[in-house]
Amino acid sequence: MLEKDGVPTQDDLASIAPSEERLAKGPVAIIECFQPIPCDPCYDWCKRGAIEKFRDPTDLPQIDYERCNGCSLCVIGCPGLAIFIVDQAYSEKRARVVLPYEFLPLPEEGEVVEALNRKGEKVGRAEVLKVQQTKQKTTLISLLVPQKLAMEVRFFRRGENG
Amino acid sequence: MREVEIAIVGGGPAGLSAAGIALQTGATALLIDDGQHLGGQLVKQTHKFFGSKEQYASTRGIEIARILEKGLEGHPHLEVWLNSSAVGYYPDGVLTVLKDERLVKVKPARLIIATGAAEKMLAFANNDLPGVYGAGAVQTLMNLYGVLPGRRALMVGAGNIGLIVSYQLLQAGVEVEAVVEAMPKVGGYWVHAAKLRRTGVPILTSYTVLAAEGREWVEGAIICPVDERFRPIKGKEQRIEVDLICLAVGLSPLSELLWQAGCKMKYISQLGGFAPLRDGNMETTVKGVYVAGDSAGVEEASTAMVEGRIAGLAAATSLGYRIADAQRLKEGLWAELEMLRRGPVGQKVREGVKTALINQDSDS
Amino acid sequence: MRIVQHPILTFARGKKISFTFDGRTLEGYEGEPIAAALHDAGVKVLRRSIRLSRPRGFFCAVGKCSSCLMKVDGKPNVRVCIEPLREGMRVETQRGKGELIERG
Repeated sequence: MLEKDGVPTQDDLASIAPSEERLAKGPVAIIECFQPIPCDPCYDWCKRGAIEKFRDPTDLPQIDYERCNGCSLCVIGCPGLAIFIVDQAYSEKRARVVLPYEFLPLPEEGEVVEALNRKGEKVGRAEVLKVQQTKQKTTLISLLVPQKLAMEVRFFRRGENG
Repeated sequence: MREVEIAIVGGGPAGLSAAGIALQTGATALLIDDGQHLGGQLVKQTHKFFGSKEQYASTRGIEIARILEKGLEGHPHLEVWLNSSAVGYYPDGVLTVLKDERLVKVKPARLIIATGAAEKMLAFANNDLPGVYGAGAVQTLMNLYGVLPGRRALMVGAGNIGLIVSYQLLQAGVEVEAVVEAMPKVGGYWVHAAKLRRTGVPILTSYTVLAAEGREWVEGAIICPVDERFRPIKGKEQRIEVDLICLAVGLSPLSELLWQAGCKMKYISQLGGFAPLRDGNMETTVKGVYVAGDSAGVEEASTAMVEGRIAGLAAATSLGYRIADAQRLKEGLWAELEMLRRGPVGQKVREGVKTALINQDSDS
Repeated sequence: MRIVQHPILTFARGKKISFTFDGRTLEGYEGEPIAAALHDAGVKVLRRSIRLSRPRGFFCAVGKCSSCLMKVDGKPNVRVCIEPLREGMRVETQRGKGELIERG
């Protein structure tokens, strides 16, 4: 539970998840923002108009999953590092998860790392597909994870070959 | 004796914003700060700020400091005194400043107090051991001077500062063993808690620190769960191996100058301690003395910037300086404050500010 | 210990200089607080408490708490968390309340 230990519940996650159909179609932003805090820059970062204009900055972001193409600009802009891209159409076996990363050293492309869930627990292995540094210093890391972990993996740890 | 139009004490987000708008109206200002640099605590903030565009949302604190400072750089109407402590304010309106080891007298027509806040302390055994550091101090050491404050840390407090500084410790390469929080809930933003948690750092609510261990410096800490009345649960004590205990148990307004000025003060727990009563211009009960930022009540840097602008605008216009649409501008700033304080997280501050605001109807 | 690489920050460090701490020669960067250079060198105990002689170190880093008072170039009660480091400074652990006139 977020307010107890920083981990969203299944209900929290269900409340923001796109439909299975939409997920199967390809990359989409998953905005794990559950608390009405005064914050709205994701609206300005989205160039496709997929994030609805905030009536009030303390509203939770509302995203139109049909307009979102998973471009990941909002991942760079979100002050809470709370947005991820999930692409379940990557391949039959593997999904692509893009996450914001603000640590050094950066992983290498092709490196196998430990895939961590929202509690920081190892849930499997991931392959680093892409490391994209940005002007904003939030690096976008694309991980390839088993399909069933697409909505689980939200961080990674470099380790002894994963 | 130096006579100045507006003296601003404190060069953090509030003071810089106050100076910015005052200069825009044509007023002259003297900005006094006891540090080596302007920007106050902003210069240590590596995270991106929340809020909206107007408050530099999505921009890191350190960048905001540069933007604010750049806006003032070389302004002919601005004088900046660094490494200078404003130490006294007297009934005849004289401000004394310790500068270059001398006491300098300044007589400002208007005074804006933007001195910020100080870290609160927590009582536990051996809390005086070296290695028990305030969260702000840890930030200074690692983010300003690039010195590691320790190797393995315990963070005490899961408010925004505790959560943010824990993340910053990880960014600097320090291991964070745990965050303990006596309250049953995380006080800071959930997104800060979530981004820390997914790196594997446990956030232990209803937990406290009972003791620091070590002879000459911290070598460990005893943590323990607490019951609903915050009493440690016997037999549940755990020892963790750390060389740094970082305290983020809240801030209280730095109000010495406000007391000296004779401003009417009130203990407002929601604002972190004694805070000055103030009106819609951020003017205190002492005419010509304004307040802004954490010294008016502990909040966020974003609200400090807006309060600074309100105070700076009011101080300058009260001296006869004009700016287009001043009234509209002021109303807009209050609307920004209202927005930033909205929602369940802002409830505490809203209550506190309501208690501190006076003369709301009379438009001064 | 210094932070070697940081994902967000770059550190603008001054000139590398030397100073002494209780007679030992140490290095630091010009202009940084004395306490930062000491911490880098692993010096955590900055003074002793007056009555019980308990170790005292860095704490607030803003010159407010008086935990870090030291003797610098013979001058007692210097707040080393905010006092800029200069070449050749003589930094010493202070015992007691500090005397302005050095005895004996």
